[in-house]
Amino acid sequence: MGSNEELNDIHPLWLRIIHWANAFAIIVLILSGWRIYNATKFLGFKIPKEIVLGSDLAHALRYHFAAMWILLIASILYLLINLVFGRFPKQFGGISIKGIWQDFRAALSGKLPHDDISKYNMVQKLAYISAIFAIIIVIMSGLVLWKSVQFPILRTILGGYEAARYIHFGAMTFICAFIIIHVVMALSVPKTIKAMIWGR
Amino acid sequence: MKDEIPEEIKNDKEAILKEADKLLKDAGKRRLFGNILTLGGLSLATGVLIKNYGSIENILSAVSKFNDDAQLALFSQNDLAPTYSESEVLRPFRFNAFYPPSKAPVIDGGDFKLALSGKIANKTPWKLERLAALPQTEQITRHICVEGWSAIGRWGGVKFSTFLDAIEADKTCKYIGFKCADGYYESIDMKTALHPQTLLVLTHDGEVLPIKYGFPLKIRMPTKLGYKNAKHIVEIFATNIFPSGFWEERGYNWFGGS
Repeated sequence: MGSNEELNDIHPLWLRIIHWANAFAIIVLILSGWRIYNATKFLGFKIPKEIVLGSDLAHALRYHFAAMWILLIASILYLLINLVFGRFPKQFGGISIKGIWQDFRAALSGKLPHDDISKYNMVQKLAYISAIFAIIIVIMSGLVLWKSVQFPILRTILGGYEAARYIHFGAMTFICAFIIIHVVMALSVPKTIKAMIWGR
Repeated sequence: MKDEIPEEIKNDKEAILKEADKLLKDAGKRRLFGNILTLGGLSLATGVLIKNYGSIENILSAVSKFNDDAQLALFSQNDLAPTYSESEVLRPFRFNAFYPPSKAPVIDGGDFKLALSGKIANKTPWKLERLAALPQTEQITRHICVEGWSAIGRWGGVKFSTFLDAIEADKTCKYIGFKCADGYYESIDMKTALHPQTLLVLTHDGEVLPIKYGFPLKIRMPTKLGYKNAKHIVEIFATNIFPSGFWEERGYNWFGGS
């Protein structure tokens, strides 16, 4: 187990830890968030109680305000490590609308190559960048909902306290859609799952 | 007896060693073994954690207490809740309690005296007229409910810090507690008690505080969630012993900031 071997990992260890910590936290946050939503149902519909986390509102809030720390810390670490090592251009650089369209069509016709999973295709790049932004937005709107008096600038940027509620729900919905597509795609190319667990 | 291994077992032994050697030379499989060991270690660690903390519920309680401290650390008396114009006030304002409006306690304002206890130097009970004689102030702020709704309301009364000065409360205390006529009880941190927008409410929307909004007295803190804003207050006390609160005993966060 030399260091060479570690360097050849498709996903470095720190990234794998952050990925699974965030995956765990986001699932807890979404499921408990659905129970919190059900307390008022501001969009008019109810989320079935069989699929929510938390026996009552207080219980769901406890889950939500515990898991938020994992998401917050892991996400800050992710951004910091990427910025310090200048990893973003390497992973997500070279993205273009034309490229996205080409790769999207190739993906639909099943012609997208998966030989080198260490290099993201354009559709992947777009999906991951969008997911990163959605997580940033969900955290910012969450901070406004949790402590609106303490984050006045953030509250103003997001259009006020009540607007933050809709933004938070919207970002959650986007993340749910991402998770579904992400999991389906990963299952269709199982070696990507192996790489996110063992590194290669 | 000679310590000799029979031939067939010797062969087996070699075969097993050979097999093991082959396995360990295969980097991928070696990693797999390492990872399985790590996974075993992780599940063991989780087991120990759960054993020490008792259960997930205990961990959630511990984090909720940590969140009290985190919110107190984030809190600043210089951070003011936004105020709104009179046209933005919700009329009629929303009623909220653990019982219907008809069950709200009816108190005779003429007889009423606010009781004081704990670490307060001047414990003489206060009549409403005496409270009304203190400097009055008004605020139009957003009441944020933990259930996921909010409403803008207009409240008037005495700045709570002014009142704490008048009764000579010990401001080094950690908590201010409230006892209510409907059996409700609440407590807040001293930092919030001294926040400039924390109000001992006597009026709602320019009129004497109606029964459904908490007559005779309500505590109004635009920096805290609705359930912290106790109504029908009959006693106020200062203490260093954690007094908790009605909803907090039912699992809600104590600091309850907004």
